[in-house]
Amino acid sequence: MSEHVTITIDDRKVKARVGEKLLWTALENDIYIPHLCAIEEEKRPNASCRLCFVEIEGMSHPVTSCTKTVEEGMVVKTRSSRVDRLVKTGFELLLSDHDLKCRECPANRNCALQKIAKGRGLKLRQKRFTLIERDYELDDSPAEFAFNRSRCVLCGQCVWADRRENEIGVIGFARRGINRVVTTFQDLPLAESICKECTVCVDVCPVGALYYKKTAE
Amino acid sequence: MSDPNPQELYSKMLDEAKAEVVSKEGKTRVLVGTATCGVSAGALKIKEDFEREIQEKGLDADVVEVGCIGHCYAEPMAVIAKPGFAPVCYGYLDDGLVHRLVEDFLDGDDPSYEYALAALERNDVFPTFEDFPRGAYEEKLILENCGYINASDIKSYIARDGYSALAKALTGKPEQVLDEVKAANLRGRGGAGFPAGIKWEACLNGGADEKYVICNADEGDPGAFMDRSILESDPHLVLEGMVLCAYAIGAQKGYLYIRAEYPRAVWHVQEAIDQARDRGLLGSSILGSEFDFDLEIFQGSGAFVCGEATALVNSMEGKMGMPESRPPRLASQGFRGKPTILNNVKTFAYVPFIINRGADWFKEIGTDDSPGTAVFSLVGKVTNTGLVEVPMGTTLRQLIYEVGDGLPNKKEFKAVQIGGPSGGCLPESALDVPIDFDSLHDAGAIMGSGGLVVMDEDDCMVAVARYFLEFTQHESCGKCTFCRLGTKHMLDILNDITRGEGDAETLGLLKELAEDVRDGSLCNLGKTAPNPVLTTLEYFYDEYRAHIEEGRCPALVCRDLILYYIEPPKCSKLCNVCVGSCPTEAIFTREDGLKEIDQEKCVKCANCLKACPPEYNAIIKLSPPLLPPEKEKKAK
Ligand SMILES: Cc1cc2nc3c(=O)[nH]c(=O)nc-3n(C[C@H](O)[C@H](O)[C@H](O)COP(=O)(O)O)c2cc1C
Ligand code: SF4
Ligand code: SF4
Ligand code: FES
Repeated sequence: MSEHVTITIDDRKVKARVGEKLLWTALENDIYIPHLCAIEEEKRPNASCRLCFVEIEGMSHPVTSCTKTVEEGMVVKTRSSRVDRLVKTGFELLLSDHDLKCRECPANRNCALQKIAKGRGLKLRQKRFTLIERDYELDDSPAEFAFNRSRCVLCGQCVWADRRENEIGVIGFARRGINRVVTTFQDLPLAESICKECTVCVDVCPVGALYYKKTAE
Repeated sequence: MSDPNPQELYSKMLDEAKAEVVSKEGKTRVLVGTATCGVSAGALKIKEDFEREIQEKGLDADVVEVGCIGHCYAEPMAVIAKPGFAPVCYGYLDDGLVHRLVEDFLDGDDPSYEYALAALERNDVFPTFEDFPRGAYEEKLILENCGYINASDIKSYIARDGYSALAKALTGKPEQVLDEVKAANLRGRGGAGFPAGIKWEACLNGGADEKYVICNADEGDPGAFMDRSILESDPHLVLEGMVLCAYAIGAQKGYLYIRAEYPRAVWHVQEAIDQARDRGLLGSSILGSEFDFDLEIFQGSGAFVCGEATALVNSMEGKMGMPESRPPRLASQGFRGKPTILNNVKTFAYVPFIINRGADWFKEIGTDDSPGTAVFSLVGKVTNTGLVEVPMGTTLRQLIYEVGDGLPNKKEFKAVQIGGPSGGCLPESALDVPIDFDSLHDAGAIMGSGGLVVMDEDDCMVAVARYFLEFTQHESCGKCTFCRLGTKHMLDILNDITRGEGDAETLGLLKELAEDVRDGSLCNLGKTAPNPVLTTLEYFYDEYRAHIEEGRCPALVCRDLILYYIEPPKCSKLCNVCVGSCPTEAIFTREDGLKEIDQEKCVKCANCLKACPPEYNAIIKLSPPLLPPEKEKKAK
């Protein structure tokens, strides 16, 4: 059996490793698909941001490309009216819960949300949904970095990076539903938790939620 | 030494159980329904009353606890089985009635038919439940024993041929069990209707030395209680189904995931497991065969989403009860990473019947694509609430009007909500839809877990949609974007509509968002949460528009869109009842003696409306909330 399969994405034939998830095949071939929560090394995809939808021939509905394993002969479209509609709504939902002040944000110009907006022609300042009000406190207790939850998109990148780096996870998801947050055990400020300030979480945060203080000056 | 044959061992067990039951039946027995529904209606007290009265009179009669017979509207209930009489069922019991039954029937020989609901066996004197109009539509399989057998005594189950399917299966090959279940096209009763046989086969072929069988008894839908009833009334039926499944796929260990809020179910199941193990029906070398399988209870934490398959497994593994993307399916990688079968309580309960009577027999019941029966908890604005079991394919109309005996108080039917909080609301025009997995799905509803709520003209469909969405929004685990944020915005929009807020675009946005949450969410909680909203938008669009465009709630439910008004010509002047009933002293007596409500003070609690004597019936609700003189002004 060959190690590779050939699939078609947006009319382009590309090679993919057997067992690989479609999202990574596309990205490796410079075909853009919006994504926030996917982590290539993790065996089981998070599949929580719901932005990486594509159409696959023979399937009745758009599917998330981060969960779909490539198959020989698969024919994929990264854009369709149904895909665009889902991505737009998902994106706008995330922005309805995001403190959108790009000019003040250390991630400005280096932000996954801005990238998605640009890649898909979407507006950051969405109008369909009322902004959800939050009163998160800024956690600037660590020496080098800070955590502003009102910018967090709950992608989980930091949580998984922390798990990989540290034997006992420092940060994790807590609470349910609309109250879901990334936090420490017992909600302690990072400096009072078991955090060693290894900053792996800061490095993976795709937005300006976890950021180096020096970049915010 | 020849191995003891499962059939032989079982026959001995059966004979013993039958002999014991016959000897017990030689004596008068009072069977009190003490499932949770009975207990909450006071059944334990009724049981004590019977025991005390029987003792005081020095009578020779046993009082036995049984499960739920399905006629929950008449709880507390008891069946009196006295030799020489057909067993008779009595409902709406209280201490006076108990006294009377003991005196007249147990001591005397008068069955007091004037208090009886029905007889349980055909006789010349009194009708049975089957003679009720609903009897023509009901077909009891998995509820057959419920309310008739003593759930605490395995012999009671065995005497009715319980575990005979297991004995039969063990004398044959595991493949035969699988083939039969596959041929029967048994579809999962936990909601989605996935064929159990196909799942079992995948699990069987999943390799691995260890495999698990798990019974999903999380039953988190508000208002649903059939799984609980079955576990409390006939636990061995479910255990037998699980053992058969384990035999078919080669599992050694199984769990029943029961929500911790079901203490009576947990207790009955534990008792049943212990008794089955004592008799060699669980544990090692079941019925003398080479097959080992044991069961354990896992008490669930209570969150609704934990009923979802992957979340359930996560919660059993001590992780947060949150769904995962699939594949891998549980059948290949489930509990502890091993191939796992997860089926609903009812799904397992059908298995012994299928093994005993065969796939062909099963397929005779119900429809081609959804064979067997459907179990519903019928609640809401329907005369006979309770548990019902009907063949698939029965129409909603038959279920509501024949089995449920229609709506009480001469009210007009408005909608029926099927499938629990994420089911759909269907209108009058859909009443002839047959109940089966696919027809309900096509109509916009789902079979779900089998909750069926009947609604009448006094129910506001916007408020109903809001109510169900509030539940699912609250139960969202928060993992994925669409469900976490989408349901929140949907709920906010619905709240606005119930206050009359919104414009031409509001309903369009609500629909769009609902569709996207359905199509975009990770698990079935999010995918199905929009159903009540989408179906009410489809079938009751005008009601939504009335809220937004006219500030009017046609069903007079939404608080912000109604006011309470005392109609002067109807008010008696001399009566003061409403004044006293108002908690905020909003009602005053005018100079002309009529009562009036100070709208500023009124909190819309409806106390006055209930208090006003029926001969006057002077208090009404108005929507939009305008007083008659203002109404006139506005018209001009
Ligand atoms: C939010 C949610 C809650 C669920 N709750 C239950 C439940 O309480 N009981 C149940 O049997 N299935 C429940 N299910 C369905 C299960 O995921 C699964 O499909 C079922 O247990 C499989 O058994 P079946 O094939 O016998 O129906 C739920 C699904 C979702 C999405
Ligand atoms: S802090 Fe950053 S990396 Fe962590 S979940 Fe939020 S957005 Fe993702
Ligand atoms: S659909 Fe809802 S319950 Fe299911 S994973 Fe997403 S947030 Fe959690
Ligand atoms: S990248 Fe696929 S769901 Fe987030």
